[in-house]
Amino acid sequence: MNFTKALIAIAIMAIVTYFTRVLPILIFKKPIQSTFIRSFLMYVPYAVLGAMTFPDILYSTTYQISAIFGLACALILSFFNKSLLTVAISAVAVVYVVERILEYINIS
Amino acid sequence: MDYKKSFTTGLHDGIPICLGYISVSFAFGIMAAEGGLPIWMAVLISMTNLTSAGQFAGTGLIISGGSFLEIAITTFVINIRYMLMSLSLCQKFDPNMKLTTRAAISFGHTDEIFAVGMQHPGILNKYYMTGLILTPYFGWAFGTLMGAISGSIMPISIRSALGLTIYAMFIAIIIPPARKMKSVAITLFIAIIISCLIFFLPATSSLSAGWRIILCAVIASAFSAWKFPISSDKSEVSQQ
Repeated sequence: MNFTKALIAIAIMAIVTYFTRVLPILIFKKPIQSTFIRSFLMYVPYAVLGAMTFPDILYSTTYQISAIFGLACALILSFFNKSLLTVAISAVAVVYVVERILEYINIS
Repeated sequence: MDYKKSFTTGLHDGIPICLGYISVSFAFGIMAAEGGLPIWMAVLISMTNLTSAGQFAGTGLIISGGSFLEIAITTFVINIRYMLMSLSLCQKFDPNMKLTTRAAISFGHTDEIFAVGMQHPGILNKYYMTGLILTPYFGWAFGTLMGAISGSIMPISIRSALGLTIYAMFIAIIIPPARKMKSVAITLFIAIIISCLIFFLPATSSLSAGWRIILCAVIASAFSAWKFPISSDKSEVSQQ
């Protein structure tokens, strides 16, 4: 591995990434007045998170079945307004248990 | 003493992000080490980039000997969503916050910081944002270090389950407001349907995750902003 080349590549990655984050802040210094744009920006986070979660969550664990159980657990708990940490830990625990059961069934 | 409270609230809100980051960056550390990168270089990438998908792809290209241009374009396309996020998030910043402070804070605009920042009621001051970014930043570096040192510390069974952490967090963020506001539920529904269509249809499945997210966000949000515009005083109510 050529260290100099790798370091230049890392610098390029860091600069490009920071550029995408800082550019809107340098361009739009004042709060935006347009109702359409304000509403648009209010909806963006939900749309972004929805698109990032689905369908990717189904491929985030070793088995798809365990991911479906984890997803169901997260949906039910967040429907009842449980905290981020509670939802995350419970869903992960469900995935872990389901995967152990799946492996147990496979072995026996 | 107000700034202290803001800072500790930020720290508190950052802990679940930090935990999720340790597992994701652990995977990154393993990948970098397996590709032949020294440990310090893997940690350097995490501390200068602080982005999951972008640095995974960029590091993959470094390992496989990709050109600088290819690395730059790939990083840009995957991270172009940060433009939308920064723009949304800086609308919630304290109006008196200096431009240099805003620019410095924007280094920490990740998907998760953005998500938690957006659901925080009221304006975001620099103390809250600093607290919010601090633990995830070190969690990201720490996880990378641990992963690079030894990929065998954490058994595969635990790593597999932790893979779901970030998504479970996202669900906990989007479901409660979707229950309260029909317009948010509709926005989510549209974004998820389009995302799944792009992902599963053969004609569009080669589209990168970065482009998919941008397309979904723009279409769903534009539709809702047109159909369900929110006046500025109303949006205050919805955030409480």
